[in-house]
This record gives sequence, C-alpha cells and structure tokens, in this order.
Amino acid sequence: MGLGRLCTGKKLTGLRDVYAETLIELAEANEDIVVLDADLAQSTRTARFGARFPDRFFNMGISEQDMIGTAAGLALAGKVPFVSTFAIFETGRAWEQIRLALCLSQLPVKLVSSHGGITVGEDGPTHHCAEDAALMRVLPNMTVVFPADACEMRSVILESMSMAGPLYVRGSREKFPDVHCPDTKLRIGKASVLRNGWDIAIIACGLMVDFSLQAAEMLERDGIDARVINMSTLKPIDKETTIAAARETGLVLTVEEHSIIGGLGSGVCEVLSENCPTPVRRMGVCDQFVVSGTPCELLESCGLTPQNIKKTAAEMLSGTRSSAVKPKALRKTKREASSHKNPITRGTKP
Amino acid sequence: MNLATKKRLSDLATQARVLILNMLAKAGSGHTGGSLSVVELLTYLYFHRMRHKVEDPAWPGRDRLVLSKGHAAPALYTVLSLCGYFPRAELFKLRRIAGSLQGHPDIRRTVGLEATTGSLGQGLSMANGIALGLRLSGNRSRVYAILGDGELQEGQVWEAAMSASHYRLRNVVAFVDANGLQIDGPVEQVMGLEPMTDKWEAFGWDVQEIDGHDFSQIDEAVQRAEERRDDRPNVIVARTTKGKGVSFMEDKLQYHGVAPTMDELRRAMEELGGEVLFEEKN
Repeated sequence: MGLGRLCTGKKLTGLRDVYAETLIELAEANEDIVVLDADLAQSTRTARFGARFPDRFFNMGISEQDMIGTAAGLALAGKVPFVSTFAIFETGRAWEQIRLALCLSQLPVKLVSSHGGITVGEDGPTHHCAEDAALMRVLPNMTVVFPADACEMRSVILESMSMAGPLYVRGSREKFPDVHCPDTKLRIGKASVLRNGWDIAIIACGLMVDFSLQAAEMLERDGIDARVINMSTLKPIDKETTIAAARETGLVLTVEEHSIIGGLGSGVCEVLSENCPTPVRRMGVCDQFVVSGTPCELLESCGLTPQNIKKTAAEMLSGTRSSAVKPKALRKTKREASSHKNPITRGTKP
Repeated sequence: MNLATKKRLSDLATQARVLILNMLAKAGSGHTGGSLSVVELLTYLYFHRMRHKVEDPAWPGRDRLVLSKGHAAPALYTVLSLCGYFPRAELFKLRRIAGSLQGHPDIRRTVGLEATTGSLGQGLSMANGIALGLRLSGNRSRVYAILGDGELQEGQVWEAAMSASHYRLRNVVAFVDANGLQIDGPVEQVMGLEPMTDKWEAFGWDVQEIDGHDFSQIDEAVQRAEERRDDRPNVIVARTTKGKGVSFMEDKLQYHGVAPTMDELRRAMEELGGEVLFEEKN
C-alpha cells in the first residue's frame, strides 16, 4: 500500500475522501443531488454521503448496468445523479448503457470512479483499469477528467454542477501528492502549465503529474528545461496549450497511468498530427495486463517513475530515440523569442 | 370499461394500425410485427389512462411511458401523432435523415418521448430511476414501461426487477408485450422464458396475466395495479399476437424486422378498411 518511495516526503490526500466531502457540502444546499453505488460504497467513500443523506443514496447492489439506467431515469426526473464504483466496472461493465442512456440521451449524470489505473495494486489485473479514458473518450457528448490531486477533484466536482451532459472523472485508491495550491481554481477543458520550460514538454494527467514535476526537477539539475502540463481534461482536450507546447519546445512526452492506446498520449497525438506534427513519446501501460503487486512495484514495472520519465525525456533530447529532434540552437532561439511573454509559476493559473 | 369507450379505443387502434403500416411501407424498413402487437397497450395508455398534456409535453404532473422495446417505435410515434404531439406528415419521414423520427426512440429528436431506448434491456432501469426521482420529489405520477418478451433475456432486466422490488416502486407498472416471437424464432425455442409469471413473482412483483388486445382486460389489470394497497411494483404480462390485425402477418416470424411491400400494404388496407396514405414513387 501507498506510493512510498515514489513520493517521499510529500503531503498525500485521498481523491475519494475529497470527493465525498465535496458531495456532502454540495448536497447540503442542493436537494436534487442523489448518489448511486454498486456495493463498493465503503471503498468509493459514497457511504459517507449515504450516512448523511440516507434518502438520497441508492446502493444498487452489484449491478452496474442497472445502476447506469437508474441514474439516467433519475436525471430524466430532474435529479442530479453522481454514480460511483471501481473504474473498470463503471466504464467497462456498463459501457453500452453509458453510451445510450447517458451520452445519446445527453443527460447530466456524473460518473466518478475510484480505483482507476494500476495502483489498485494487489487485487490484480481483474480490478486494474488502464482502459477507462479510451472507453469514455470515444463516446460523443462525454467529458473525461483525470484529476491530478485532491484540489483538482474538488474543483471538478464543483464545476460539474453546471454541466448539461455526462461526465467521467477518474479517481484512485491511492492518495495523491498535492500538486496544486489548495485555492487554485481549475477549469474543465483547460490544461494548467505547472512549470514552464522550453526544451521539452511533458504532458501528464492524474498521478503522473506529480511524477513529471519530480522528473522536471531532476532534468533541471542536468540543465534541461522541461515544461510540465497537467492535462487533466482528456476530452475535450486543450488543443491550444498542446499546440503551443509543441511549437515552443519541439518535443512532447506524454505520461499517464493508463494504456498508451486511447488515452492522453493518443489524444495529444491526435491534436499534434493534424496541427503541428511533432515527435511524441507516450509513456503509460504498454498494451499489457500487469499482475498483482504493490502500487510502487507495478508503476515501476511499467516504467512509470519520476526517474524513468526523466530518463526518457533526456533520451528524447539527446536524440537517441528520435532522429527528428531539432538542434538545441533552434530551441534556444525560441526560448529567447518567447520567454518574456509567458511568465508562469508553479501552482498558479497561467 | 363501457362499450362506447371500448368502441372509441378500438377505432383508434385500427387508425393506428393503418398509419403504422403506411409509415413502415413508406420508410421501406422497420419493425412491423412488434409494432402491431403493442397497439392496444399504447392506445389504452395514451387515450384512456395516462395524464398528459399535448400542449405542455414537459408538464411535471404527467404520467411517463418508457418504451423499452424501442423497435416498436412506429407504434409509439403513431399514437403520439394521433394525440397531436406532432403532425401526421412527420410519420412519413420515419427513418429519413430530414425527419425527427429515428429508427428507435431518441428523446433529443422527438417531442413526447420520455426515454431513449432501442438497445434492449435498458428501459426498466430508466423507468425505475424516473419513479425513484418522482417519489423523492413528492410527485405522484406513474411510470409505465413496455418490454418485449424476447427482451427479458437481457440480464439487466432482472437487475432492474430486483431494484424495483427492493426500493418498493409501486408507482412502476411494467407490461410485457408477450408476442412469443423474436428475430431468430419462437422465444421458447431461442431461449425459453417460461414460466415467465413465476419469475416476476419470485423477484417480488405483483403479476397479472391478460390478453393484451382486450381493452377491458387491460383496463381491469391497470386499475387493479393502481388500487392495490401493498408496495410491490406491478407487471402485467400481456399475451399478444405478433403482427396483430393483418391476417397474413399474424404470428409470422418474417415480419419482425421487415416493412410491408406496397402490395402487402394494399392487402392489409383492404383488411383494415384503410387506405394507402402516400404517393408511391416509381
């Protein structure tokens, strides 16, 4: 348990804990909020909502498909449903129900999972979920968000109240290190540049945002100036920030606790191939199932560590993995040309 | 139900069948058999039982209908049009890119619908959700759902059957349009469901079984469902005939998902006393 050696000395906060707290806070003022779970309410923390508002909490038992349909019905009756279970069951088991009852119907149902990614750990590949972004991103009308920390989870839940269509938010079993200042207001659809840099852009989501920041600090010690972007909204993706990063650095590395197929890496490539062709490397789960193990061991087995992000970025820059890397001189020119107009500091909105 | 009401509903059902067959023939594709088997249920609900306002389709006090067997959309569209929700001419744009009537019901395209359905097995869950939401809001409206018998092979239906019973949704009245046939053959041959009423009872529902083409029986069953004192959800297994009303279509598998040809339409109109209502293109 825990991210241990990969997040030494960091303050960690549970996304699912903040989710439940935020929901309860919202529901005090809004009687239309209802919550559904599929027998994992202790794990997703919606049981806390159920304890506070028993009349507005519906445990649907182990039946995710019925849960999605019921949530759609509640939305049709004017309620605001939040629906939670493990990521793989939420997005996988009930995918076609989500497609028809939520996306085609365009209903404001909020799917907020827990246990996304491979840091689910010991339960093994049956319970891991490295496919949720791919499954949700392909659906018309769906918005997909992978919060990087508790602060962002809270922002997303608050902002979701004004959304007219369905939303998927990926939560985690693991507590995440705080990467944003607590008061930061994050916007769905808007990436945040957490660290400016001109040699390479590291675009990450979820837990990998912290790892990428750690990698950027290591790179800095080697004289490499990496930009770190938190692309928490995977759909609709922030094209402007993505294209600007590619233009201004010329090299893009994506990092996600998700399959490299269909998630953040794919989304970034889709934007760049059509707007600003740029060498991109995707780090993530490489088309494989991983086994049971501790979260740290599994992340390491997929190369998802700050050390390896640093190594990959450095390799890209030295051109060992890409012949398309442009000469350092050109990067320097761009840096000088645009550094004056983009003063960005970590933890604030650009 | 008095004779005059019964006569009025029967006339409306015949009108509905004439329109359904015409719109399907015009469209050139669609589900004929299962649209014809559900005509009496829909006619009864919209013209006799449900509270609804054509001039205010979103009226909060309305009763709701979820057509879980969404492939019977032509029957629902016809009844909605007969009520006045949209002009009759729209029926003849069924399945056309310029029309508002999708192959299966889509709430974002057609006025008067309560749910998007057509992928089987999902409608009862939606009906339950609507019923829960109405109950939470103190709204006493009823929620009707119509399922096919073949549809009951979907596991989600039984998840929903559990939920309605668990949450004591007595404001849900589900019908099974039990016409006995599905695309690949008789339901009992493809994947048997009998004893169907025992299954619903075992899931905690109040079960009634009726002739789904007899307005008096439909009326008695619905009245009983609504007047009952306990809080079980209600299911009415309506035994029906696929292709009902057209002799050469009744109980015929080949009319499940096929529209009538012009020749078949003309023969059907002779039987129903109706007319071909559109100009045939050569």
